[in-house]
Amino acid sequence: MSTLRGLRGSAAIVGVATFGNGLSPGFTDMELLARSAHAAVEDAGLRMSDIDGLCTASGGASMWPLPVIEYLGLNPRYIDGTMLGGSSFIAHLLPAMQAIRSGQCSAVLVCYGSAQRTSTVGRREMGQLRRFVDPQPYEYPYEPMLPASAYALAASRHMHEFGTTREQLADVAVAARAWARLNPDAFMRAPLTREDVLKSRMVSEPLSVRDCCLVTDGGGAYVLVSAERAKSLPKKPVYVLGNATAVWNRQISSMRDLTATSAKQSGADAFAMAGMKPSDIDVLELYDAFTINTILFLEDLGFCPKGEGGPFVESGMIAPGGKLPVNTNGGGLSCTHPGMYGIFALIEAVRQLRGEGGDRQVIGAMTALAHGNGSTLSSQSTAILGTAETL
Amino acid sequence: MTESQGVEAFHQLELNTGRFLIQRCTGCGKHVYYPREACPHCDSTSLDWISPKGGGTVYAVTTVRRKPAEGGDINVSLVDLDEGVRLMGRIDNLAPGAVSIGQRVNARVQVKDGKGLVLFDAVDGGAL
Ligand SMILES: [Zn+2]
Repeated sequence: MSTLRGLRGSAAIVGVATFGNGLSPGFTDMELLARSAHAAVEDAGLRMSDIDGLCTASGGASMWPLPVIEYLGLNPRYIDGTMLGGSSFIAHLLPAMQAIRSGQCSAVLVCYGSAQRTSTVGRREMGQLRRFVDPQPYEYPYEPMLPASAYALAASRHMHEFGTTREQLADVAVAARAWARLNPDAFMRAPLTREDVLKSRMVSEPLSVRDCCLVTDGGGAYVLVSAERAKSLPKKPVYVLGNATAVWNRQISSMRDLTATSAKQSGADAFAMAGMKPSDIDVLELYDAFTINTILFLEDLGFCPKGEGGPFVESGMIAPGGKLPVNTNGGGLSCTHPGMYGIFALIEAVRQLRGEGGDRQVIGAMTALAHGNGSTLSSQSTAILGTAETL
Repeated sequence: MTESQGVEAFHQLELNTGRFLIQRCTGCGKHVYYPREACPHCDSTSLDWISPKGGGTVYAVTTVRRKPAEGGDINVSLVDLDEGVRLMGRIDNLAPGAVSIGQRVNARVQVKDGKGLVLFDAVDGGAL
């Protein structure tokens, strides 16, 4: 880990942008990505010609960096198309930091776009296609509704082992909505109660439709440069203090313990790189594809003991006004979820550390943790970010 | 078994004749499922096929809610076989909502249109 400790704070996020959250009929994945990318580069005070590193991933196109490079007119010296599902854009951080440190490149653009909600190629068609290009012969014959059923199975086990309740799961959705009500960019902002969640349409027991993330359109992008270069750029730099990624399984049926994710490893490694501990973190952005995720990640990342995530969220701790602000933009449950959410968790963490959170700003936030999850509790990537004071 | 095919095809062909087989590693002695070309525990490529006793316990459970036109509600469970491996399956002799974690089950092979699939039936004694 000594080498990784040496990378602590060596790079900073200097530009972020989102575009087209919610409904963007008439836009393609690439157009949403391109608008976000240009806005993030402009936010960084750079031009697209300054970008010499590219990270991107797509839920559909397996060679996605190629069309993105072509479309944006880039000539990158560093290219990372690693696709780990929704955690990808957080997992792109550490290799990009190493590329910047080595001199391979100097300004890395990480970008994503998806018209998942309004696209003519629907989720049903994508699901059919995936059966052929990415087969799961030991799960598909049983007709699980993936990904929801995988998270439902994890929730069932958590409830069995620790007495976690549907009400506590609902409290995660209610807290996310309360934050979304403070965010003008959030897709769903109507009031939401515990009763509303409990009475909503059941999808895969014990998860109802309000336990599941949104399906939206949207794009997001950020720009990473060396800490040295960040000083001369216009926006307040947000330094990357730690990042780590872990995969223990792909399929939910191959997960050894459904109540413990590889976020235990990614979190511990990221904290070790940062030389920090959970109590040092001011604001959390956790990939809440389903309500059980927030509970699992609070536990696995060390913010509460294993099994106590239910009472933890029930106490109001993570909602606006609580001691531990979680998913301040409204999360994947109420803000945005265009297929993969990881980049949006990271962007919200950056906005909080810049003090750009508006009504949802966590006052005085100097440290943030952004955590990405991919596929069916399969990949986990944790980033710890800080302002200049934390270097 | 023949060496001229992968373990996935062999396993399915056996299922199609009604036989459910799992692997046992001769290197570390652990059972392996789903079928692998090499043991994920010790990397040995020497894996024997064995017939599991069939007994298992429901480890996690969900009911997928679907409209009748889409096939209606269906149980999806994760089952731990007594040999120590876990697999996805359906508890076929109970209503979808009646399956509980801890339920003892027995494996059986359903052959439909020539294709075998492992299913489970709840056995007396109910949930542990
Ligand atoms: Zn072995």
